[in-house]
Amino acid sequence: MHILKLIFRNALRHKLRTALTILGITIAILAFGILRTLVNAWYSGVEASSSTRLISRNSISLVFSLPLSYKEKIRQIPGVKGVSYAIWFNGTYISEKNFIPNFAVEPKTFLELYPEYLLPEDRKTAFIRDRKSAIAGRKVAERFQWKVGDTIILKGTIFPGTWEFVLRGIYYGAERSADETQLFFHWNYLNERLKKTTPRRADQTGVYIIGIDDPDQAAEISEAIDKTFKNSLAETLTETEKAFQMSFVTMTQAIVTVIQFVSFLVIIIIMAVVANTMAMTARERIGEYAIMKTLGFGGWHIAILILGESLIITITGCVFGIILTFPTAEYFGKTMGSFFPVFSVSVITIFLDIAAAFFVGLLAAVFPTWRAVRIQIADGLRRIG
Amino acid sequence: MENSNQPIVTIRNLTKSYRRGIQVIPVLEHINFDIPEGEFLALMGPSGSGKSTLLNLIAGIDKTDTGTIMVGGLDITSMTETELARWRATNVGFIFQFYNLIPVLTAFENVELPLLLTWLSRKERRDHVEMALQMVGLADRMDHYPSQLSGGQQQRVAIARAIVTDPTLLVADEPTGDLDRISAEEILELMARLNREFGKTIIMVTHDPHAAERAHIIRKLEKGILNAHSQTHL
Repeated sequence: MHILKLIFRNALRHKLRTALTILGITIAILAFGILRTLVNAWYSGVEASSSTRLISRNSISLVFSLPLSYKEKIRQIPGVKGVSYAIWFNGTYISEKNFIPNFAVEPKTFLELYPEYLLPEDRKTAFIRDRKSAIAGRKVAERFQWKVGDTIILKGTIFPGTWEFVLRGIYYGAERSADETQLFFHWNYLNERLKKTTPRRADQTGVYIIGIDDPDQAAEISEAIDKTFKNSLAETLTETEKAFQMSFVTMTQAIVTVIQFVSFLVIIIIMAVVANTMAMTARERIGEYAIMKTLGFGGWHIAILILGESLIITITGCVFGIILTFPTAEYFGKTMGSFFPVFSVSVITIFLDIAAAFFVGLLAAVFPTWRAVRIQIADGLRRIG
Repeated sequence: MENSNQPIVTIRNLTKSYRRGIQVIPVLEHINFDIPEGEFLALMGPSGSGKSTLLNLIAGIDKTDTGTIMVGGLDITSMTETELARWRATNVGFIFQFYNLIPVLTAFENVELPLLLTWLSRKERRDHVEMALQMVGLADRMDHYPSQLSGGQQQRVAIARAIVTDPTLLVADEPTGDLDRISAEEILELMARLNREFGKTIIMVTHDPHAAERAHIIRKLEKGILNAHSQTHL
């Protein structure tokens, strides 16, 4: 017989109470894991951004466009390796609930600057050659069961009308953080129609994407670009892709903060539940602890019994919680894929789950342990009978 | 076994009081007495007379206010909590009124509990436990949990637990208080045997005059004062 055996048997003494506490911890760890994954998903764009890419936009707001003529001027700035451009199209596929992030891009240079979007060479060529073509990410193609050669019709919102594309390729992300939920088509296709329908909106782009060789020169190059267009009708604001993505997160920072707060609140609540369980347990067994002390067991033996039981309960709940986090995250990822392109449980989240379980297990047992260790044997024995 | 006249317990000028708020309640006052080695002593007295407190002090599970208690030549009143715990583990066996077995442990495991504090190997522990359970006549019930045993059997397991470390002193607080007459008789006979055949010094607190008759000496406590006269049954 070992102390560990006694700890296990003690944990199973009140099976319903232990089971309910474990269930509570399982739910708390699951909630904590999903909320942490949600926060990570919020930052996925920032995570996926490259340090060798700059984004240049209209300094007034992203809503205002930039003239296409800037492209050559940017290309000539020392340190610039390549320039591409893109504009947010915001087309609707069938109905508004089918949200797909879609952009009009200059295909050749865009794909050169985004090597993380993997596309077979023949598909890449087909996309570049066909002005009415589009490519879509793996997740969005799976979601709508698109195949190469399918015709995709988007209803324009910013650019009114019905827009027809032929799907020429489905790209895969080279890394887990790469966004596979987007659709890209030719900027030229958009521009040609704008020339006919609303000529004042033609030859404009939303952002310039600038490839650079040396990330250490990002600040100087950004400054040089903005200086070039200083006092023009459309002044630029150039920043790293990370800073650009971060600006979107910052807009919703309050929500992220609330989610983070709630995730920690869940842990605090469950800590109170476990602490209550352990307090009840220790109170019921004060007499037994007094007997053990009488037999010669020291305070640290009692502490091991209580802490051990608390940890067994929290770790068991943690294991169940972690096991359930993966399918739940997958389900969330599928149902909310268009809002959160990357929704996967990170290793850090798992470590945080384990750390939280240990923290709760230890802290919940502190007060009952302190009381049990301090109790005088004679007082403890008086409570029996 | 013959009793030697050397005292195993020597108590001098012992006082003990409890506090209830600002009120100090004296429990034991100027107790002086010796218990010879190998003796079977019964402490009697009405409720609140301080007999259990005196037993707890001799067993080292409570602290005196003043005075000294020497057990086996050691002054236990000057020991720290840790030293007392170590001393109790090897020198004192405890028998309680309500048996106080751990309900989630089998009879074997309950008896083995004090041996976990020793350096004995698993096999040595098993041998000791089996011997102790055999001595109390429960070798065939070692895998039973306390809830599967009668009161008398549980008390016998408790006695096996008390003797498994081979202590010199056995303290028993109302050991038959929760038992029927037949079971009580069996327990008293077992204790008498431990005293007679194995030379264990036993100090027993009891209300029951019939149980006290089994002891060699009966000392009475009244309002914290030990009666100067002792009855002797030999």
